[in-house]
Amino acid sequence: MSSLQANTGIKSRERKRLLIGLLFISPWIFGFLVFQLYPIIMSLYYSFTEYNLFNAPEWVGLSNYMEMTKDAKMYQSLYNTIFITIFGFFPQLIYALGIALLLNQSVKGLSIYRTIYFLPTLVPAVASSLLWMWLLNAQYGLINQALGAIGLPEPNWLLDANWTKPSLIFMGFWGTGTTTIMYLAALQEVPKMYYEAASIDGASRWRKFWHITLPAISPMTFFLIIMGLIGSFQYFSQGYVFADSSGQAIGGPSNSILFYAIYLFQNAFVFLKMGYASAMAWLLFVVVLILTLVVFRSSGKWVFYGGDK
Amino acid sequence: MDQRSLGKRIAPHLILILFGLMFLAPFAWLLLTTFKSEEEIFVIPVQWFPSELIWDNYLNAVSMIPFVQYTMNTVIIALLSVAGVVVISPLVAYGFSRIDFKGRNVLFIFMLSTLMLPMQVTMIPLYVMFNNLGMLDSYWPLVLSAWFGTGIAYNVFMIRQFFNGIPYELTESARIDGASEFRIYSQIVLPLAKPALLTIGLFTFLNAWSDFQGPLIYLNNQDSWTLSIGLKQFIRENSVAWGPLMAAATLFTVPIILMYFFVQKKFIEGISITGMK
Repeated sequence: MSSLQANTGIKSRERKRLLIGLLFISPWIFGFLVFQLYPIIMSLYYSFTEYNLFNAPEWVGLSNYMEMTKDAKMYQSLYNTIFITIFGFFPQLIYALGIALLLNQSVKGLSIYRTIYFLPTLVPAVASSLLWMWLLNAQYGLINQALGAIGLPEPNWLLDANWTKPSLIFMGFWGTGTTTIMYLAALQEVPKMYYEAASIDGASRWRKFWHITLPAISPMTFFLIIMGLIGSFQYFSQGYVFADSSGQAIGGPSNSILFYAIYLFQNAFVFLKMGYASAMAWLLFVVVLILTLVVFRSSGKWVFYGGDK
Repeated sequence: MDQRSLGKRIAPHLILILFGLMFLAPFAWLLLTTFKSEEEIFVIPVQWFPSELIWDNYLNAVSMIPFVQYTMNTVIIALLSVAGVVVISPLVAYGFSRIDFKGRNVLFIFMLSTLMLPMQVTMIPLYVMFNNLGMLDSYWPLVLSAWFGTGIAYNVFMIRQFFNGIPYELTESARIDGASEFRIYSQIVLPLAKPALLTIGLFTFLNAWSDFQGPLIYLNNQDSWTLSIGLKQFIRENSVAWGPLMAAATLFTVPIILMYFFVQKKFIEGISITGMK
């Protein structure tokens, strides 16, 4: 048998493997082409057009993007979104880590506690938003009644523009169970011998946390920040329900809970400004990409991947 | 010394119990509200316990709005979503796990990176597409998005992790015996993957059940509404029917909580591996 034949034999086997492989993953390829690539291209195209669904898209060049730079509501929605990312997402991340650290003290009844902290995340966003609107009801809500009982002021949570975002942030703390569970899983992977060695050296609890625990779970923190930032910039359901269900226009009092994704949705499906909404989607995409890139870039300094376990 | 270690052991419990009570209080308030009469719901100062258990709120919850219809719609969308996902995802995962074809790893990383794509970018063209296909107000935009949309990457990732844990000898020996890839997949690998399929099925169900933005976009006709967009009907211009609304929210949530208690381990595993919910 000549080497040429053997060669073509290998090649044809390789080709066959490629074919079978592609056949198996073909549902994903189909999904990618139809549900991602095609929409991405069309969305980019729409962003340069005026399009109201009923007439064909009309090319308007960069005018949607120019309009965005002058759109006060767009800036407001961006501000609101950054606000809940900084004062909601990051504090909630730290809080989830705190609870996970407590759960990791190998306390008795771990599974009961874990269930308690996890249950709220199972409640559908709409149901939990409605429940919190009831808890935060200015007159009859449990929270104001409790605040009043100890002599604290009773804010009009849902109707006072200063309190709507804090309301959503409080509710967010209730739903941090998923993050807690993920941190707990990461904490349980930290090798015990690190702590034992540190104890022998007389390290304090705080030093152990700072020099062993935090670096060891940094890959999880990294993952949670990336996914959390992406999610936070798409914050939608809770803000939408809060405004809609308290009898207000989209965006709530003084547009205080008009988040970026909500304003985008409003442009697309209420005002039927599909072109403008597409341009907003692309700005969102670029912002998310840049943020992700920044976190990736910085990760060399603070994310540590342990070698062997 | 003894006292200190006792304190050390109790302190985490105290904090966990305190926060735990704060986490449970909204649930308690929700449930207690649903059994109160209108007068007891709107009373100052608050009254924690109803003087007698009243079921009216539940009766009103299912009769004031087409609750049964919405539940049916929600269940059908969720079940169709699950049915497709548990067929499609393991196929793709097998390709990425067991067939060593050229460019596989690059494609796999690429697939995972699509998870970063905000849904707002694809939302409008997909709406236009489903509109042109005449599928608005039907189950299909939501179901097909569950099958083929961005979520497929999560499910494939999850099952691939599982497949990678199945010993290679098992599939290699079948291959040497001349079994076709599809035969190996369907008769050896797939039956072993039941736990992983259960996990992704569960999460798919949960996501479809709770989804708000999808139904809001695609379902305009009230007959096609799901529970998550139907609940707003308890909210009227000037008044909110809090009793029935809380009862409906409870009915909407209970199936998921029950599922959690039946398959708690699957939930925790799934979250620990992929961070999805």
